[in-house]
Amino acid sequence: MSGFFTLVGRDLRLAVRQGGALGTALGFYLVVVAMLPLGLGADLKLLSRIAPGILWIALLLSALLSLGRVFESDYEDGSLDVLTTGPLPLELVTAAKALAHWISTSVPLALLAPVLGILLNLELVAYPALVATMIIGTPAVSFLGAIGAALTLTARRGGLLIALLVLPLYVPTLIFGIAAISAMLGPDDVAPPLLILTAISLGAIVLGPLAAAAALRTQMQ
Amino acid sequence: MQTFTQRLANPTQFMRLSARLLPWVAGLAAAIIAYGLYLAFFVAPPDYLQGEIARIMFVHVPSAWIAMAGYALIAVSAFGLFVFRHPLADVSAKAAAPIGAAFTFLALFTGSLWGKPAWGTYWVWDARLTSVLILFFLYLGLIALRSSIDDETLASKLTAILALVGIVMLPIIKFSVDWGNTLHQPSSVLKLSGPTIHSSILTPLLVIGAGFLVLFVAMHLKAMRNEILRRRVKALQLAEVARAASQVVAPAE
Amino acid sequence: MLLIAENLVLSRGGRTVIDGLSLRLSNGEALLLTGANGAGKTTLLRALAGFLPPAFGEIRIENENDDRELGELCHFVGHLDGIKPHLTAMENLAFWGAYLNGDSSGNGGDRLTRALNKFGLAALADVPAGFLSAGQKRRLALSRLAAAHRPLWLFDEPTALLDAASLTLLIDAVNAHRADGGLVIAATHLPLAFKNAKEVRLGPKEKAA
Repeated sequence: MSGFFTLVGRDLRLAVRQGGALGTALGFYLVVVAMLPLGLGADLKLLSRIAPGILWIALLLSALLSLGRVFESDYEDGSLDVLTTGPLPLELVTAAKALAHWISTSVPLALLAPVLGILLNLELVAYPALVATMIIGTPAVSFLGAIGAALTLTARRGGLLIALLVLPLYVPTLIFGIAAISAMLGPDDVAPPLLILTAISLGAIVLGPLAAAAALRTQMQ
Repeated sequence: MQTFTQRLANPTQFMRLSARLLPWVAGLAAAIIAYGLYLAFFVAPPDYLQGEIARIMFVHVPSAWIAMAGYALIAVSAFGLFVFRHPLADVSAKAAAPIGAAFTFLALFTGSLWGKPAWGTYWVWDARLTSVLILFFLYLGLIALRSSIDDETLASKLTAILALVGIVMLPIIKFSVDWGNTLHQPSSVLKLSGPTIHSSILTPLLVIGAGFLVLFVAMHLKAMRNEILRRRVKALQLAEVARAASQVVAPAE
Repeated sequence: MLLIAENLVLSRGGRTVIDGLSLRLSNGEALLLTGANGAGKTTLLRALAGFLPPAFGEIRIENENDDRELGELCHFVGHLDGIKPHLTAMENLAFWGAYLNGDSSGNGGDRLTRALNKFGLAALADVPAGFLSAGQKRRLALSRLAAAHRPLWLFDEPTALLDAASLTLLIDAVNAHRADGGLVIAATHLPLAFKNAKEVRLGPKEKAA
């Protein structure tokens, strides 16, 4: 297992050194959220009502943007070949890389969400719920996204394709993420949607690395 | 002595058998659907609320069934590719995708046409329609992924992985869409819960469903035959290239 | 340790590249794979590294009290270096050393320094790998060989990008590895000065046989 954390550590260090990828994702998040009021009209009541949905959807898109690179750079520079010859099963290699993506991209996006909530007139009471559901829900974003990244590694038009493949898989996370926020703000019991959101993330942590490893294996032949 | 499935696994045997079977299956599909349409138009009563327009469900509901069955078939084929390395598994998966997508589209299209008189709008984010829409996206993903990978062996395996991921996620997506729907909308007009349907409606539905299923089988057989022929042509072309290459290399050796 | 390949059939993209090849390599032996472009050298190496399962036949390693997979017993040095430009030379090597050894304790610093020394990169240890020349990157990739112990070394065109002096370093490393009982298999265009190396010529004739 120690190879696992070595790999996570390397990917995080690379993310910090390169910096650009996270900056681009955060910038994209900001721009998409800022564009929506321009398109929908600046009705603050309307914006505050749909703010959780906007923030979640824009977060999914921003995370998608950076997912394409998860395996690509290791594939292009030959690192993936060497990673495969290590003592770590490929399933754990993909898990490590998805975990590094979650820490380096999904979590910062989730932390930026409340700041963007100000632009959308989101009620202050909703902020803890927003960040909490995002932290709980985003592992599914990174780990299911890894499947798309692995499947499109050698495909033409990889960037667009990954969105088509992965966004439908994000539907449960999106629905329960929003449901959990509404439950926290409203009279409903918050436990069921939050527990289901957790279950989806845990399921994704199992399914994602398995499928991504299978996809990588076929492409490395 | 080979078993039946083993003989089917051989593409040559499959071509011979399917050529003999195809006209009968297609004819059977036409006959069942014709009978089903007769039942739908002349036996089933008009809906007491929606009138004649409700008859569109006799196309809509069976299409949705076949859309789901088609995806299940692709997932089973994907499983067959990985576990049994069945030579026809990928042919089956590839052939089923566009047909399944077409039935999914038919379900969406008829649902939308039905929605205008029933709900006053062409589209409502009803749980069933939304699930079928996402199923349509999954079909599109399969087709798009396959079309953007040049190496066919690779494309077959990667789409198979995607199909298996899809079949795992599909119940979860369905569950979440149902959940989200009950949260936002009290109930849909389209409640067709089992026992309340009268047999005069249920019978034509089931008959047309069976007809569509046989139609799907016929189209699938035909598409598989086309795919096998296409692969044979490609293999011949590759053999041609290899022969030409060896003739060029030979004098140099 | 004994590496055995029997009746190996390898296909890529639906095309049979290697058809019925058998190999046998024991302690200290080296094998050169030669042949025209497209003859299947890289495919064979990738199969030996465990990336490509054979369509037919088998590759196995007979090794006392060691039942690890092929991939875990080999160093695979392909066309690409597997070097991250944003990490320093030492960080690159330290990662591969820790990862390939499955050891994140941070020990083995001496070993890494020695590995860099061996390939003439000691002075560049703290320079970001992105600044290195192509030849230096290549040597950094080769220093992986010394950072983690693997009995089987697989090279795909190891001479590419190496100047004469670097090539000598590589050959010294290979000789030392073989003296320790290691196996070496290299696909190459150019003659490589490995002592008493066996040679397998891949090509159309191989396929016809």
